[in-house]
Amino acid sequence: MKNNKIKILTWPYLFWAVAFIVIPLLMIFYYGLTDRSGAFTFENIAAIATAEHAKALWLSLGLSLIATVICLLLGYPLASILAHLNSKTNVILFIFILPMWMNFLLRTLAWQTLLEKTGVINTILSLIGLPTINIINTGGAIVLGMVYNFLPFMVLPLYNSITKIDDDVINAARDLGADRFQTFMRVILPLTVPGIISGITMVFVPSLTSFVISTILGGSKILLIGNVIEEQFTHTGNWQLGSGLSIVLMLFIIINMICSAIFDKDSEGGVL
Amino acid sequence: MKTIKKIYLTLILIFLYAPILTLIVLSFNSSKTRAKWGGFSIKWYGSLFKNEDIMQALYTTLLIALLSSLIATIIGLAACIGLRHFNKTSKSIVIGVTNIPMLNADIVTGISLMLLFLSMGLKFGFGTILLSHITFNIPYVILSIMPRMNKLNVHTYEAALDLGANPLYAFFKVVLPDLMPGILSGFLLAFTMSLDDFIITHFTKGAGIDTLSTKIYTEVKKGIKPEMYALSTIIFIAVLILLLLINKPSKDDKDNKQVQVIATI
Repeated sequence: MKNNKIKILTWPYLFWAVAFIVIPLLMIFYYGLTDRSGAFTFENIAAIATAEHAKALWLSLGLSLIATVICLLLGYPLASILAHLNSKTNVILFIFILPMWMNFLLRTLAWQTLLEKTGVINTILSLIGLPTINIINTGGAIVLGMVYNFLPFMVLPLYNSITKIDDDVINAARDLGADRFQTFMRVILPLTVPGIISGITMVFVPSLTSFVISTILGGSKILLIGNVIEEQFTHTGNWQLGSGLSIVLMLFIIINMICSAIFDKDSEGGVL
Repeated sequence: MKTIKKIYLTLILIFLYAPILTLIVLSFNSSKTRAKWGGFSIKWYGSLFKNEDIMQALYTTLLIALLSSLIATIIGLAACIGLRHFNKTSKSIVIGVTNIPMLNADIVTGISLMLLFLSMGLKFGFGTILLSHITFNIPYVILSIMPRMNKLNVHTYEAALDLGANPLYAFFKVVLPDLMPGILSGFLLAFTMSLDDFIITHFTKGAGIDTLSTKIYTEVKKGIKPEMYALSTIIFIAVLILLLLINKPSKDDKDNKQVQVIATI
């Protein structure tokens, strides 16, 4: 085979990757590290420490952490139940993926209708004489929106890693005298760590950086770091500040990735 | 134990489908606001097709999805074929760069492309949306094709050459069919990603053009037109039927391919 000729086939992609992945990323660093006159500065990154931005960042970190933990707690048993349903697995899994085909914005908006003060849930609650809940426009509603939208991203990697476990391994553990709990803690859980890690990443990153969910379910008062950045680009026009804050955001994504790499040494590097 | 599992599954299903059901119910609500029920009506389904704004956004969305996933599939497939002959280091650098858009936050990808287009002086519109969609689609295509490429049996290709096929003919007759499942799932994945994208489109679209997602986002503040609920109900039912049809023949064979296609989406 004429290897060099075949290598040329990769060139369009290499060009594309440099032009549309690498250079744009460098531009964020350029804008983030300069002021309006083009002089080098750390001001845009240091701006994260101002009260308003720091509050948005901590709130985003807090809410997305809570959402990730809830997704893991809800998703693990769910993935495990789904993995052990035998013949109808295809159909069942499909039922859990199907909601993702409805537009993400509309689904989130539907929660607004459900959660509102006089919304569907409260109407039902008051009909049966229960106290109404008031979580619309609070952090709680945002966490609910995150859990709702990103739960499938937690379930799928978990499901994949649970189905990969050989039944013989579990049977062996039971034969050797381990009870259900021990089997889970010492055999099943360690074997599903790659799934847990990629699930956490796939929920945490979009939750941390989301601005749509907070816009729709958090009202206008709750600003997440995503909202602050979006505002710099669409309304205020302060790209330098927006880029600086994005660099901070990427830092957290990188920290998350390093943590996953430490926990999961033999993963193949793909997020799917 | 079985009952607990069933109750758990049911509760999660209610959680997942409550908003979907809400949207479907709203599409039959004759009142214009979503705050109150004005009686059953199918009028929004009729006026949907007369609403030029929504139809235009639907057309843009589908066209962008189709073009971007096609172009991404071609570029991605060519890249995968060439990458086989790269040495280990350069290959892992390329794959590393490919992972960036998938691991990075959409908002960062969106603004980085926006900054690029601004500095290039491009006019924001259909072209810039298409360029950005191709950009975030290629990684999905490459990651779908790569595993198949690595498992490819070179000897069948060499056998074809020995039997007198020229390289191009051998490629189309021998290599391509082997890669087909990966190519197809990459294409489908890219298509869906493009259909569903809001964030990156939001930053790269410019005024005067809308995809369904960006249209819904602007309407969120002004009040959603009920036709939008009707459209999303139609899309939902269409996808449901389509997926049921795809899934039917594979019911008894243990092949997980379909699951994987749906699962990765």
